[in-house]
Amino acid sequence: MRLYGVVMVGWFRRYATYRMATAAGVFTNTAFGFIMAYTYTALWDERPQLGGYDVSQAVTYVWLGQALLMACALMGGGFEDELIERIRTGDIATDLYRPADLQLWWLACDLGRAFFHLVGRGVIPMAIGAFAFDLTLPGSALTWIAFLVCVVLGLLVSFAIRFLVALSAFWLMDGSGMAQISWLAGMFFSGMLLPLTVFPGTLGEVARALPWSSVLQIPADVFLGKRTGWALAEAYAFQAGWALALLGAGRLLQTAATRRVVLQGG
Amino acid sequence: MEAFIELDGVEKVFDVRRRAGLLRREKSQVRAVDGLSFTVARGEMVGYIGPNGAGKSTTIKMLTGILTPSGGRLRVAGIDPARERTRLARRIGVVFGQRTTLWWDLPLKDSYRLMHRMYRIPDQRFRENLERCVELLDLGELLEVPVRQLSLGQRMRGDIAAALLHDPEVLYLDEPTIGLDVISKAKVRDFLRDLNADRGTTVLLTTHDLTDIEQLCRRVMVIDHGRLMYDGALAGLHEVGESERTLIVDLERELPPVVIDLARTVRVEGPRQWLAFPASQSAAPLVSALAARYPVMDLSLREPDIEAVIAKMYAGRSGQ
Ligand SMILES: Nc1ncnc2c1ncn2[C@@H]1O[C@H](COP(=O)(O)OP(=O)(O)OP(=O)(O)O)[C@@H](O)[C@H]1O
Ligand SMILES: [Mg+2]
Repeated sequence: MRLYGVVMVGWFRRYATYRMATAAGVFTNTAFGFIMAYTYTALWDERPQLGGYDVSQAVTYVWLGQALLMACALMGGGFEDELIERIRTGDIATDLYRPADLQLWWLACDLGRAFFHLVGRGVIPMAIGAFAFDLTLPGSALTWIAFLVCVVLGLLVSFAIRFLVALSAFWLMDGSGMAQISWLAGMFFSGMLLPLTVFPGTLGEVARALPWSSVLQIPADVFLGKRTGWALAEAYAFQAGWALALLGAGRLLQTAATRRVVLQGG
Repeated sequence: MEAFIELDGVEKVFDVRRRAGLLRREKSQVRAVDGLSFTVARGEMVGYIGPNGAGKSTTIKMLTGILTPSGGRLRVAGIDPARERTRLARRIGVVFGQRTTLWWDLPLKDSYRLMHRMYRIPDQRFRENLERCVELLDLGELLEVPVRQLSLGQRMRGDIAAALLHDPEVLYLDEPTIGLDVISKAKVRDFLRDLNADRGTTVLLTTHDLTDIEQLCRRVMVIDHGRLMYDGALAGLHEVGESERTLIVDLERELPPVVIDLARTVRVEGPRQWLAFPASQSAAPLVSALAARYPVMDLSLREPDIEAVIAKMYAGRSGQ
């Protein structure tokens, strides 16, 4: 287990060395936060209580989305780019003769990265957002803790999905197409474009039942105090259920992949 | 002698699909390794050479367990690598010259800390091994440097150290000196020689630089098209390859090609002539015969070029 601790810390520190990239990223997240916050304000002025949020809650949702965007690697930038590349070039060979488990290894990598992005790319945009807009922040420390647990579960789900996508490269040779489809699906079904509570009828129900809702919609609802008590337990169970199911699927796929592995290149 | 690595009729066939026309895909097979049998004893240091695409890397991948043989029997330390990859992993060290296992963006020492945990190396042992590698591979000033800032030779030395911290019983090296300068090569070779001598680590070395083999390995295996072409002492390759030594003669003046029983003249350039004779034969009688009949100013002897011998061997066999 200590190995995976070292891996996690290593990846955290690795991303910490990309100072310029982080600064540029913070700027991008903040700029997008402003654009989306003004768009949402206009929309909610037109349709108050859309999706059950008031204007302040809707704008808070925007900034939460920007704060979590990189951590959940919803638009790429997670470990999967590297894993896909390693499968394509055959560098994956050097991972396979090690006495370490592929899935746990990459989970540790991605969590290290995600924690860095949560701090490095999440905190500042959120603080700027809170400064410029009237955000709905949790009133109690308990809500903050509940939210953070929720985020970690969301990270697990997000990792599990991207691990499956990355492993597809063993069969497709070029995994970037799959990755793009998954980013697109993730953008929409996580609620990054619009809260999933906005969508009516079957579409909304389906969207809310898919694993991606664990990544942003649910943590945002916990943050906004819309899920407490039983509803919070249900949310955790939903996230943990998806995480287990998807990680389990990843494990099966990993066994199949390493069994039929055909490594590329000399 | 205890056989540490054992291959018996090992095969690896790759299915490759090729575009044949707009939509049609043709399936064909590449026999990368084709009925390979050999054994390597514990503590041996063996050179494993062959032309590009001969199947060397494929063999090494099977020996580490990351490729499953299509046929035959393969054992390393009594373990079937493909079946018990993770168990074997603690006992082997691998360096693929063209790939790195080091953490690209982090200081070199972070990668070593990772190895420490990955192989569960006892603290004391880890410190000793690291100290030794740092000293012998001259890594002292590099430990704090991010790997991406290392030169190729520095990185390679870093990779070799990373493969050895857990005291592997066998070390597979796939082109460990590729792209290194003379000094780095010498360092790596000295290190490997010591490793094999002091610790008795079994070493299987793949390379295109025959000097590596000449300086390190008493035994060499040559493969081509996945088949073993030669297995024995390096010197024996000369006989197999019917190699020749060359006497370079500087005459007083330009003369027609020298005619002499013991050798044949292969090249004339002004007053300088090149005479080839079998490697198994002494140069002394040739020199005295020459000196008696020609106005010789100077002489130099060129040993058979092992490179040329092997090139000849590759060319001769691949036509089959
Ligand atoms: N994943 C693969 N799929 C299909 N064919 C492969 C694959 N890997 C290797 N081959 C083929 O197997 C043969 C042996 O390749 P290998 O990499 O073992 O050669 P090598 O001896 O290491 O050569 P080099 O000196 O160029 O490194 C080659 O013909 C190669 O094209
Ligand atoms: Mg090779």
